[in-house]
Amino acid sequence: MSTPFTVLWLQSGGCGGCSMSLLCADTDDFHGQLRDAGIDLLWHPSLSLDSGDDVVALLGRVLDGTQPLDALCVEGSLLRGPNGTGRFHIMAGTGLPMIDWVRKLAAKARHVIAIGSCAAWGGVTAGGDNPTDACGLQYEDDARGGLLGADFHAGAGLPVINVAGCPTHPSWVLDTLMALAAGSFGAADLDTLGRPRFYADQLVHHGCTRNEYYEFKASAEKPSDLGCMMEHMGCKGTQAHADCNTRPWNGEGSCTRGGYACISCTEPGFQEPGHPFHATPKLAGIPIGLPTDMPKAWFVALASLSKSATPKRVKVNAVSDHVVVPPVARRTRLK
Amino acid sequence: MTRLLVGPFNRVEGDLEVTLDVADGRVASAHVNAPMYRGFEQILRGREPHDALVYVPRICGICSVSQSVAAARALAALGDITMPDNGRHVTNVILATENLADHLTHFYLFFMPDFVRPVYAGRPWHDEAVRRYTPSTGERVRAAIAARQRWFTLLGTLAGKWPHTQSIDPGGSTRAVDAAEKVRLLARVREFRRFLETHTYGAPLEAVVALDSEAAFDDWVARDPLGSDLRFFATVARDTALATLGAGPGRYLSYGAYPQPDGSTALGAGVWQGGALSPVDAAAIREDATHAWLSDAGGPQHPGSGLTVPEPDKPGAYTWNKAPRLAGEVVETGAIARQLASGHPLIVDLVGRHGGTVYTRVVARLLELARVVTLMEDWLRALRPGEPFCTPGPLPDEGIAAGLSEAARGSLGHWISVRDGRIANYQIVAPTTWNFSPRDADGRPGALESALEGAPVRDGETTPVAVQHIVRSFDPCMVCTVH
Repeated sequence: MSTPFTVLWLQSGGCGGCSMSLLCADTDDFHGQLRDAGIDLLWHPSLSLDSGDDVVALLGRVLDGTQPLDALCVEGSLLRGPNGTGRFHIMAGTGLPMIDWVRKLAAKARHVIAIGSCAAWGGVTAGGDNPTDACGLQYEDDARGGLLGADFHAGAGLPVINVAGCPTHPSWVLDTLMALAAGSFGAADLDTLGRPRFYADQLVHHGCTRNEYYEFKASAEKPSDLGCMMEHMGCKGTQAHADCNTRPWNGEGSCTRGGYACISCTEPGFQEPGHPFHATPKLAGIPIGLPTDMPKAWFVALASLSKSATPKRVKVNAVSDHVVVPPVARRTRLK
Repeated sequence: MTRLLVGPFNRVEGDLEVTLDVADGRVASAHVNAPMYRGFEQILRGREPHDALVYVPRICGICSVSQSVAAARALAALGDITMPDNGRHVTNVILATENLADHLTHFYLFFMPDFVRPVYAGRPWHDEAVRRYTPSTGERVRAAIAARQRWFTLLGTLAGKWPHTQSIDPGGSTRAVDAAEKVRLLARVREFRRFLETHTYGAPLEAVVALDSEAAFDDWVARDPLGSDLRFFATVARDTALATLGAGPGRYLSYGAYPQPDGSTALGAGVWQGGALSPVDAAAIREDATHAWLSDAGGPQHPGSGLTVPEPDKPGAYTWNKAPRLAGEVVETGAIARQLASGHPLIVDLVGRHGGTVYTRVVARLLELARVVTLMEDWLRALRPGEPFCTPGPLPDEGIAAGLSEAARGSLGHWISVRDGRIANYQIVAPTTWNFSPRDADGRPGALESALEGAPVRDGETTPVAVQHIVRSFDPCMVCTVH
């Protein structure tokens, strides 16, 4: 059997939700799937037996090189405060700030992976006036830098791989790890923000079940309405990079399918949109955030045209929580 | 006297450090440190109140829905908004899905693996424990993860995703359920029921819920002592004397879980002490920051007027967690408190005999797991497709309100004050804030700190196994604790 691909998972300034999400991976044998892919999870805060001294000893072996480390996964943002000391998170049992552990371990790893938007950009923990001076591994919002610095490259040559999302999707993590373990993941597989392109080259809008409402600009006006949530409800699905509506969550879910707006949680700085999350910011009645790549004049023209062409069925259902007007059943063959 | 610094303490949610002073093979005193601070209460200030529904679930990846429900309840109180029946039922189902998943995760992934440790080699049950509960290879661990994955598809449908849904609104649920979905959701609950009845209990859920005394429970276990996982646990617990390990303060707090149409809660509210239940006086809650790296200016505060200001160099502090007290007293919260407050005869009898200990906490959690699945089936059957699931309303520009709820781990409260349409103050007291509180101004240790006193420490142990059992018996969530 070939050498396993070793993974060490640490958590810092986050909620642990990316790990909880990971356990929702669509498989009937989570650990078996990892093993079959040649992945050896050296330690994970929720999934390993080892506690206390055993863990500290393992970290020591990674640092002295006796335990090779293929991937360091970091979940949660990096807390640099107060005053650059890192004391907002001292790793239990060690007396050392987590940011010091991460810097040292990152230098030993062949790959460094930011699990979720906190570890990628700072995320929610960096919200408000960022009381803990939180940042991502290699970004602070959309500015390169972060804890490890703009020029950081892990042992195998890649910058930090940003599996962003809040939480991140379990199969974004597993696909990344399995591709790395198989040696089939390289620099060309990352987008300009270091996210795996297999999900970041998509938009949340793709596959949205509300697309007919979008086409006619038949908009939801209140929570639980079926209509498109872009015009009034703050939805950023036409701009957010992710495949949430073609690779659903927890079976058949996604934010828009759950009846609420996409808040573009895979994007740097999503935590401070500059407007209330549940309301679309507008200028002269027109949403400021238009679909990615779409010229404003065309959007306005198409929107007004499609609004005037909206069938009654779509218009009524858009502001209902269930289908009030079903599509007409035709008596002749569909052409 | 020797001092042990124990950490990182895994298979709890978040980072945890425990300092133990050990004398004569026993823990003489314990100090509990929640070593990470993020500052949600600071981050929430100045925001639009509704934004709390995006931020608060992200306090915690394992109690995410619980945080949303508490915030939605606070906002509903602020705006005098009432959910329609469908909205309340769906919210209960969503919260119960998370709470029961947490109980399952705790038992199979966090708690039972400690019994595979080599320290127990040679016990008659050890080989079987290794086969079932070894992390990553144990048969039941793997089966439980698979069951949990299927279980959470309930929330793919009802809440878009888990964790971190925004489907929970003060006015109800943003996701209406149609008649076909209702059928499908009930089928999914039956699937989970089958897992529990096959592996966890080896009996119908109703038979487990009907166990009404320690004698009845012991008889039930004796029929197949190393059979189902609950029976297996009970057998191991007897062999390792878990019923005498980790005694809590003997006062149990529940805010009441799962609102019903008549205004009551399906699982009761109250403070249980000495075999009697009294109402919760939330006005008597104070948070004492004497030993936290946080400002304690003005002394202990009610969370409605509490402050959270880091003071990382504060002398005498040893944790980021405040010490909440109820009418000056230390309380314990969790499934055990809910089952006492709702008068379940088995838990009342067990706690009457043994107190709140490692054993009774775990049995209460598993009893609740069985009990709430049956409630969920009732709520799903009560849905009326076509009628409203959400009746939103505007929020006022000024006001104060509280949202009290029960997370898997116990009582969770959010206190909000709004001025000029913005959050002026937001304070959160989470279950593990109570259970893992530090000492207060009078030097009284928190619930875990005193539960650890007297725990045995074997020769050469640096991370004592008894301490691990006690800590994990509370199912701590450290990210909620400090937030």
